[in-house]
Amino acid sequence: MQIAVLTGFVLAILVPLLSRCCGSRTGLVLALYPAAVAFWLVSLAPEVLQSGGIYFEQAWAPSLGLSLSFWLDGLSLLFGLLISGIGTLIIIYASGYLHGHPQLARFYVLILSFMSSMLGVVMADGLMTLFVFWELTSITSYLLIGFNHEDAAARKSALQGLLVTFTGGLALLSGLILLNVVGGSWSLQTLLSDGEALREHALYLPMLLCLLGGAFTKSAQFPFHFWLPNAMAAPTPVSAYLHSATMVKAGIYLMARLQPGLGGTEAWMTILCVVGAITMVVGAFLAIRFTGIKKVLAYSTIMALGTLTMLLGIGGEAAMIAFVTFLAAHSLYKGALFMVAGALDHETGTKDIDEMGGLRRAMPVTALCAFVAALSLGGVIPLFGFVAKELMFEVVLDAPRFTGFLIGMSLLASVLVVAAAGIVALRPFFGALKPTPKEPHEAPLAMLAGPCVLACLSLVLGFMPWLAGGPLLAPAASAVMGAEVVTDLYLWHGINTALMMSMFSLCVGLLVCWRWANVRAVIHRFSPILDRGPEAVYWKLMDLLVRVAEWQTRLLQSGYMRNYLILTLLTFTGLTGYTLLVRHGPEFDITLDVRLQEVVVALVTAASAIMACMMRSRLAAVATAGVMGFGIALIFLLFSAPDLAITQLLIETLTVILLILVLFRMPQFSSLSTPMERARDMLVAVSTGVLMTLLILTVLAQDLFTPISEYMIENSVPLGHGHNIVNVILVDFRALDTLGEIFVLSLAAIGVLAMLRLQAKEKKAP
Amino acid sequence: MKTGTLILTVAAQMLVPLQILFSLFLLLRGHDEPGGGFIAGLVVAGAFALHQFVNGPEATRRLLRVDPRDCIGIGLLLGVGSAFPAWWQGEAFLTAQWWDVLGFKLSTPLIFDIGVYLVVLGSVLTAVITLTEVDKDEA
Repeated sequence: MQIAVLTGFVLAILVPLLSRCCGSRTGLVLALYPAAVAFWLVSLAPEVLQSGGIYFEQAWAPSLGLSLSFWLDGLSLLFGLLISGIGTLIIIYASGYLHGHPQLARFYVLILSFMSSMLGVVMADGLMTLFVFWELTSITSYLLIGFNHEDAAARKSALQGLLVTFTGGLALLSGLILLNVVGGSWSLQTLLSDGEALREHALYLPMLLCLLGGAFTKSAQFPFHFWLPNAMAAPTPVSAYLHSATMVKAGIYLMARLQPGLGGTEAWMTILCVVGAITMVVGAFLAIRFTGIKKVLAYSTIMALGTLTMLLGIGGEAAMIAFVTFLAAHSLYKGALFMVAGALDHETGTKDIDEMGGLRRAMPVTALCAFVAALSLGGVIPLFGFVAKELMFEVVLDAPRFTGFLIGMSLLASVLVVAAAGIVALRPFFGALKPTPKEPHEAPLAMLAGPCVLACLSLVLGFMPWLAGGPLLAPAASAVMGAEVVTDLYLWHGINTALMMSMFSLCVGLLVCWRWANVRAVIHRFSPILDRGPEAVYWKLMDLLVRVAEWQTRLLQSGYMRNYLILTLLTFTGLTGYTLLVRHGPEFDITLDVRLQEVVVALVTAASAIMACMMRSRLAAVATAGVMGFGIALIFLLFSAPDLAITQLLIETLTVILLILVLFRMPQFSSLSTPMERARDMLVAVSTGVLMTLLILTVLAQDLFTPISEYMIENSVPLGHGHNIVNVILVDFRALDTLGEIFVLSLAAIGVLAMLRLQAKEKKAP
Repeated sequence: MKTGTLILTVAAQMLVPLQILFSLFLLLRGHDEPGGGFIAGLVVAGAFALHQFVNGPEATRRLLRVDPRDCIGIGLLLGVGSAFPAWWQGEAFLTAQWWDVLGFKLSTPLIFDIGVYLVVLGSVLTAVITLTEVDKDEA
């Protein structure tokens, strides 16, 4: 399982090599990976059905109870298949859409990394595993939205998406930690098996709010929905994949995953139903406000995400079946529609629906795909979307709470969505042929395969919904429900209220589509109000953030080394000194048991420190500071720590070299500080020194903990196979710390490089 | 910066190879005796810094063959890479693995140590060489 998930990252590393040897066929080769994952998932399906799930665990940091663990059950299987199946089509599609793009390889790297991250999210069992993959999807999404990084608007949108999802990610992290505190485990499977304890805990509400904060931002729920339409700055394959079929559903997935454990309570139902319903209507309403084809689709995606949230909020067996059916149907038709939108953009050169018309002759296959997918979006019989919509209406009619509100909202939303479907599928293809920036012609085969397959699936599953119902949707619904659910899907439900609602929304929706221009004119009158939406709040907050940053930078970042040092040392002295004096009290006893050589070395060290402060030339100051360093090295030697002594000596040597290199760049040495300043500096220095001395004396006098050095000494040879304990600690016992340190060192080097190089460039090009 | 005087040139010719050798010695014996990747990295960085004082940054770059920045990258990769063999064995991340190859003790800590060595070497030299080169650009 880990191999299936992580192969994408390995492949991403190999893409540059592959694209060199495979040329334009790279896309097809890479598409084999998601295809293989899809087949693998299908082959596992019977086992998952039978046993309820497959588990895999790899210890990560066992002492903290953390592990890399995956759990494949019905829900993960459904999501996994959507990710890998649509992923296969998207990669093939992208090889046509971005054909000849100079940075196609970069695109593949990112999309493969995203694919792996997304598979990780839906299969993760460990809370931290989930979180890591979750954040990885945010990062890859950021890079993909900003793929055209020379476009300022794309960069801005990418940053907006990143900030919104990362803020949510922080909430999610707090939520997951609370979940661990409450449930006492890092494993989702264990946690969810005892939902009662989670729901009745005093921390239930804060935990729920944090987790939902993560889910709502990721899945673009109101009032966080504004980042998704802006994310359409990404190339269309990305919009089709990340921002309709997969990533935005990660939040939905999280809520569905947590539903057996946290769901069903008053708070859960209220929040999810209300937010979901509002999102649904807001999304559908905004969809018909714009003329950009991708914007319309993006807002209708928000509508779908709202619907899914609402269904999860309503709860119950029927709602879960409706949830999984709607989820699958939406991924199929929305993926197809986005790919159609990309084909239109690619072949006509415009994204504005108003500029397109009569394209059915020039692009017959695209038109057919668009038509079928839009029928499914509008929920017209006999498409799969119709099945999903019927189920949704039936659930809403039987909703235990807010029934009237939910019926009204869903009817309104579906009217508007029918209109949006009509706008996307009818307007560009019918009517009079309009001149477009490019001479329109049929899209290449690679770009037709995806929408064709997805549209066909929508049609086939519409006639035979039981094909998906039994083997795929039932286990998924059971996983969301937390109990066995029997799914019996069929196309024709008879003439009932739900059908009436469908017919009504279809008629009114088509009417709206027909009079679209008039409707838009009416909406346009309200735009001063609409422009004051949550996005305006976001920009206000960003402004505030920048202003606070400016203010604190001016306050703290003076650019003078001495100010930084004073600030750092005073903070350290103040905080540590406070703790030391108030909490512990400086208790120690001084026993003077020193040898002569120690006294000599100590005196030399101290004397050179004082001398360094009094020197009148830079070089002399550096040299005396060096003497002090060598003195310290000698002390290390006297107390038999040869490794420390060697390191200290080498560091001193290199410091002198670096300082001399820097000194060449300095102006003449002159007395810059006033006597007052020197007195202040001395005060800071002396207080830090006194504190350190007190601290060490106190630590030596009090045994707060048993020292861990015993363990290191005893286990160095048997476990670490080495006699040099320092080295064994560095590369074995505490290797993770060392790894962190070498990363810090590298960053420092890169910092030096960037600072010097950039400065040099600026000087050259004034 | 001026290249070195006669004394420095002669001293460097003899010292630089010795220092490089000594650093390798320190690196390999580090697990049992004083030494290790960090110290050895500092020693070899000192050697190249000396070489650079005498012969100038271009000559040092030629001698190194690899850009110091790439050294950092390779070192980090080795460091991270040494975490994986344990994974293969089904043990926790970064658990040390030992292999006996023709009587030599090979291990992931050794790979890790070489990574540390390269990172230290790369970082110090990046700073030293860049400082000198920028100086020269401005002169």
